[in-house]
Amino acid sequence: MSKEITMAPDNEGKPILKFFMGELKPKGKILTPFNIISVPIILLGIVLIIIRFWKGIGAITNLTQDVPWGLWIGFDVVTGVAFAGGAYVLTFMVYILNMKKYHSIVRVTVLNGFLAYVFYAGALLLDLGRPWNVINPIIGNNFGVNSVLFLVAWHFLLYMIAQLIEFSPAVAEWLGARRIHKILSGMTIGAVIFGITLSTLHQSGLGALYLMAKEKIHPLWYSEFIPIMFFVSSIFAGLSMVIFEGSISHKVFFKQISDKDHHAQNGIILGLSKICAGAMFAYFFLQVLVFIHERHWDLINTPMGYWYLLEMLGFVFLPMLLFFYSYRTNNIKLARIASVMTILGIILNRLNVTVIGFRWDAAVHYIPSWMEVVVTLTVIFTELWIFRWVINRMPVLRDSPSWAKKQE
Amino acid sequence: MSINRRGFFRVLGVTGAALTIGRDLKAAPKGNDEIEFRGVLYDSARCKGCHGCEYDCADANGLPPPDPAKDLPPVRKTSETKRTVVNEYNTSKGKVFIKMQCMHCNEPACVAACLTQAMHKTKAGPVIWRGEKCMGCRYCMVSCPFDIPKFEYHSPNPKIQKCDMCYNRLKTGEMPACAANCPNEALFYGTRRQLLSEARKRIVENPKLYVDYLYGEHEAGGTCWMYLSPVRFKELGMKTNLHKGSYPALTKGFLYSVPSIFVLFPALLLGIQQATKKENQNEEDEV
Repeated sequence: MSKEITMAPDNEGKPILKFFMGELKPKGKILTPFNIISVPIILLGIVLIIIRFWKGIGAITNLTQDVPWGLWIGFDVVTGVAFAGGAYVLTFMVYILNMKKYHSIVRVTVLNGFLAYVFYAGALLLDLGRPWNVINPIIGNNFGVNSVLFLVAWHFLLYMIAQLIEFSPAVAEWLGARRIHKILSGMTIGAVIFGITLSTLHQSGLGALYLMAKEKIHPLWYSEFIPIMFFVSSIFAGLSMVIFEGSISHKVFFKQISDKDHHAQNGIILGLSKICAGAMFAYFFLQVLVFIHERHWDLINTPMGYWYLLEMLGFVFLPMLLFFYSYRTNNIKLARIASVMTILGIILNRLNVTVIGFRWDAAVHYIPSWMEVVVTLTVIFTELWIFRWVINRMPVLRDSPSWAKKQE
Repeated sequence: MSINRRGFFRVLGVTGAALTIGRDLKAAPKGNDEIEFRGVLYDSARCKGCHGCEYDCADANGLPPPDPAKDLPPVRKTSETKRTVVNEYNTSKGKVFIKMQCMHCNEPACVAACLTQAMHKTKAGPVIWRGEKCMGCRYCMVSCPFDIPKFEYHSPNPKIQKCDMCYNRLKTGEMPACAANCPNEALFYGTRRQLLSEARKRIVENPKLYVDYLYGEHEAGGTCWMYLSPVRFKELGMKTNLHKGSYPALTKGFLYSVPSIFVLFPALLLGIQQATKKENQNEEDEV
């Protein structure tokens, strides 16, 4: 079977090495605004990462003994994974509920999700003080099975594999490996079911990580329902990201998208808006229930209380109404505005739990250093570079080759 | 068939009996020499604030000697170079000292948090850190209600620093360094049961001296270090808002839901997938 890959027939039968060398060359213009901004930041980030491994985490971060998890965990991992939730929601809709309408955006969403996991979980390695021991919870000699983090780590790993299987037919189409394509396509449903189960557990698991920090998180953000909140909010966080990212992709990669898919885009956005509005309503209702149940009325009239109200009303309730309204009036622009507001709201919520509300009462507050921000940007930009590289080569946005369609 | 139905049941019965008996035999000796947690009772009414324990601790653990005079006000904290500190508070009853170190919880949050079993609750009571297992994720620090584990942020090979109740000394039958050398007998080392009765005895014998509260008896589900004080613990900067039950129990509900979701979700999803698929096919057939 390996011969079939080496002699990729749809790529003019070039030997594998020559084929890869050709594919490594940049496609498209080199001096784009994105490149001009991202390259210096990535280079600076690499220097900072070298310093971090040479002198220790404290050399470039502002982490303290009171606040041991900062921007790299609170934003890169916890927030990034919430945004990657679009992949499991869309695969649920397309493969489980058979909503064919959304089929054209599944691949790009899964690719996005996969890269997000690889890079944001990869960013976790930068934050580990003793990364050479990272295999300990995996190879089986040191299973800390009572740990929520153990569960989350394993789920990250397994979910990455599931997503890779979900995406692998696109790789096979790129390489022109027909027999392997057939095998991999047959594994999709299994990977999807496994992936959705894993996502449910680790999206909520990221919230459950903070359950033991009971007195450390501001009471307006701590409740025993954090796991459920994180899970429900990951649904509309992921879908908002799909709307936002899709709108950009349709401009940047305009040439690759067939007319049919391009026209379907508006219908997809409105459909997703409807789902977002519903999920956000459920989430908002849940938040209100928890608030009433915990009897935190006295905390509302404090600076943190205003901050809480801003998050709940300004970045959950308002975008929920906008999504609902955009669906009722077929207003695509409004749906995009709502998606951006929702994205900001999710960032706000995750940072409120993990960074802003974490030890809100500490004498010295943690504020990320510029170096932490640069490293975070490096991770995001590198991911976008890989994303662009894949989009320009594999059939992700563009149609699959005709032989692959026949196989399905 | 070499085994008939009756023979099968006989084998099953014998195996079952052997298993139950075997288990009983194994369990029997265990119950007899049950090991109790060791701990230390700190009596802040006896502590004179000599900081001697800080020097003994640094000496026993190979840490740089402390300099209490240098970093006095307002409140000193344990750090990556100080596993214990003694602080002075001006209280309603004048100057009172209080020693801080790991509390060695009965059910430690840090141990439940650790995904590599680097944090480990030993049978003797001390909670120890094992560097060869630790990956430096610092989840123990996030979880510890007493903010005890400290991380060496400025080292490329960072360690978690925390009091381990001198576990190596305990193994050779010695007391923790601080308790062994306290000139004022403010530190009383023993089994947790002994500490409880000693503390109650002191409160009963001297009700005017002590507040009637034993810090650590119920905090975080009970700890191996316990505190007596002449003033309310809030005045000594101790955390008085802590959860009285075990911290690991807070994640129990979530962790227990994992196996059920893991089994039920795939079945449910497969069912939905099959159901929607059929519907679509029927529609296609009708068309």
